[in-house]
Amino acid sequence: MSDQTVRDKSDVSSQALSRVESSHHDHSHLHLEAPEKPYLDSNELIINMGPQHPATHGVLRVILKLDGEKVLGTECVIGYLHRGVEKIGENRTYTMFNPYVDRMDYVAAVSNGLGYCEAVEKLMNVEAPARAKYIRVILTELNRIASHQLWLGTHALDIGAMTPLFYTFRDREEILKIFEKYCGARLTTHAFRIGGCQYETYAGFEKEVKNFLTFVAPKIDEYEELLTTNRIWLERTKNVGVISGDDCVALGVTGPVLRASGVKWDLRKAQPYAAYSEFDFEIPTGENGDTYDRYLVRMAEMRQSLRIIEQAVNGIPEGPIMGKVPKVIKPPVGEIYHSIEAPKGELGYFIVSDGSTQPYRLRVRPPSFVNLQALDVMVRGLLVADVIAVIGTLDIVLGEVDR
Amino acid sequence: MAEEVKSPAPTPPEGETKPTAEKPAAAAPPVAPAKPAAPAKPAGPVPLPWTSPLVEKYRNQYGSGIEALTYLGQNYLNVDRSLIPDLLRLLRDQEQFDYCVDITAVHYPKREKQFDVVWILYSFPRNERMRVKTQIADGASIPSSVDIWATTNWLEREAYDMFGIQFDGHPDLKRILLPDGWKGHPLRKDYGILQQDKEWVQINLGIESGQ
Repeated sequence: MSDQTVRDKSDVSSQALSRVESSHHDHSHLHLEAPEKPYLDSNELIINMGPQHPATHGVLRVILKLDGEKVLGTECVIGYLHRGVEKIGENRTYTMFNPYVDRMDYVAAVSNGLGYCEAVEKLMNVEAPARAKYIRVILTELNRIASHQLWLGTHALDIGAMTPLFYTFRDREEILKIFEKYCGARLTTHAFRIGGCQYETYAGFEKEVKNFLTFVAPKIDEYEELLTTNRIWLERTKNVGVISGDDCVALGVTGPVLRASGVKWDLRKAQPYAAYSEFDFEIPTGENGDTYDRYLVRMAEMRQSLRIIEQAVNGIPEGPIMGKVPKVIKPPVGEIYHSIEAPKGELGYFIVSDGSTQPYRLRVRPPSFVNLQALDVMVRGLLVADVIAVIGTLDIVLGEVDR
Repeated sequence: MAEEVKSPAPTPPEGETKPTAEKPAAAAPPVAPAKPAAPAKPAGPVPLPWTSPLVEKYRNQYGSGIEALTYLGQNYLNVDRSLIPDLLRLLRDQEQFDYCVDITAVHYPKREKQFDVVWILYSFPRNERMRVKTQIADGASIPSSVDIWATTNWLEREAYDMFGIQFDGHPDLKRILLPDGWKGHPLRKDYGILQQDKEWVQINLGIESGQ
C-alpha cells in the first residue's frame, strides 16, 4: 500500500501528474510548516491517497498530512463521479427520473428507489397499497443485507482478511438472484414505481425468500466466526477511528456509524415509513464508537433484517400492488422532504413541485456524503494504515457521495 | 471567486428561455402555475398556518419576520434573512434541533430575491423535523452556520458550488463536487442541462466537448 500512496514529488515521472498535484495542493487547506531543523524534522509530508487506489472504494482522493506514519490531517477531494443527478432530475419527468436514483448508491439501489418513490407519493398525497409496502420492505431489507455483505467483504479485504470476501459474495449472489427473478435486474433494480410496485411477486417468491433466510442465518455466524474473535481483526479495529455520539450528531453522521457510537436512532423506528411500524425488531447499538463496534452493529443489523423479512414474508397481504396514481405524474404545487433509513444512513429527498410533470428542484441528501465528512475527525493521530480501515468502516459509496 | 458569482447576473433573460425551450411538453400543461410559492390552484392542498408554542415564542420575540406554515404535515418557517444566524442558534440551543440534516437552495430567476436557502433540521430529543427558509438576492451573502452545526461545512460548500451562494464566515468556502476553476453554478435555472464549461473541458481533458 505504501508504495502506491507515498508518492514523493521527486518520484513523479509524469509531468501532467505533477501539474495536477501541485495545482490541487495550492487549493488545499493543508500546508507544510517550514521545518526549523531541516535535517531531523523533515518527516512531515503531504501525500495523496487515491483516486486510483483499491482501498478507497471508488474514486475518493484523500490528501494526507503525515508526520512519519502518523496522520496530522486529511482533506477529501471528491466529485470525480459527479454526474449532476439533481440537475438531471429537474429536466426529467418524475417517472423518467426513477431509474436514475439507482445509480447513486448502486449497492443499495432498492433503498434509493424506495426513498424516491415514497417522497413523490407523499408530495402527491397518495399511499402505496399494503401489499406493495410489504414487497417493498422485503426487497429493501434483502438489499440492506446485500449492502452490508458487500461492505463486510471489502472492508475485511482492505484490512487484510481475504476469506470473508469470497463468503459474502457467494451469499450475496442468492439475494441478487431473487432481485433478478423479481424485476430482471441484479444491481440497478428499478424495483418500485411511484404509487406501488410494477411487478407482482413471481411464483415461488415467498418460498425462495424463506429458503434464503434459513440459508443465510448460519452464514452470518460463519462470518462472525472468522472475525469477531480473530486476534488480527481485533488489533486492527479496536479503538481505531473512535467517534463520540455527540460528534456524530454535530457532524450529521447517521446510520450504523451513529448507532455504534451509542445513539439509538433508526428512522425505521423514529419515523416509520413503508410498513415498518408493523414489524418487531431491535436497533442494535455499540458503546465505543470504534471500528470494531461498527462491525458488530452491522452484523447485528443483518440479523434484525432477517427478522423483519421473516415477519413480512409470513404476513404479506393480498390485494393490489399499485395505488391510485394517474398515468402522468403531476404533483400539486408544494414541497416535501422525505427520508428513509438506507443501509448507510439517512437518505433524504427534498422535492419542490411547480405543478408540472418535472420537479422544479430535486435535492438528494446522501448519507455517504455527510458521513465522509467525519473521516478527518476519526483519523487524526492514527497511522496511515488505519485510514484504510476507517474509510472502510464508514461504508461510503462514491457514486452517492458525488452524485 | 467574486467575478464568478457576478457573471451569471446579466444573462437571466436569455438564460431563462433555455430550460423552457428544452422542455416544451412541460410548459404546455393547461393549468400553468404562476409561482411555486403562491397558494395552490384548486387541485392540491394549500400550506396552512402552523401554530405551536415554538412559533408563538419566536414570533413574540421577532415579530413579523417569521411566517410559520405547515404543508402535508411538514412544518416550516419562512424567515427574514436578518434573523438567520440568531434564529438558527436559538433553535439548536433552546429547542434542541441538534441535527442539521441538510442545507440546500432553490433558484427562482424571475423573483427579485432569486434564491431560497433551506435548512432542514431535526431534533433527536423531540423526534421532530422542521425547515427554515429564507430568501436572498443573487450575489448577496448569508451567514455560515458551521459554528452551529459542524456538518454544514460540506453542505454549504455544495450550495456554493451549485448555486454560487456565499456563506460569510465559512472556514474554507470552495468548490466541492466540481473542479476548481469551473465556471458557473450548474443548479441555477439559467444553466442549461447541456451547458458546460467548454474551456475547462478543453484544457483539462483535451477534447472539444464532454457531451
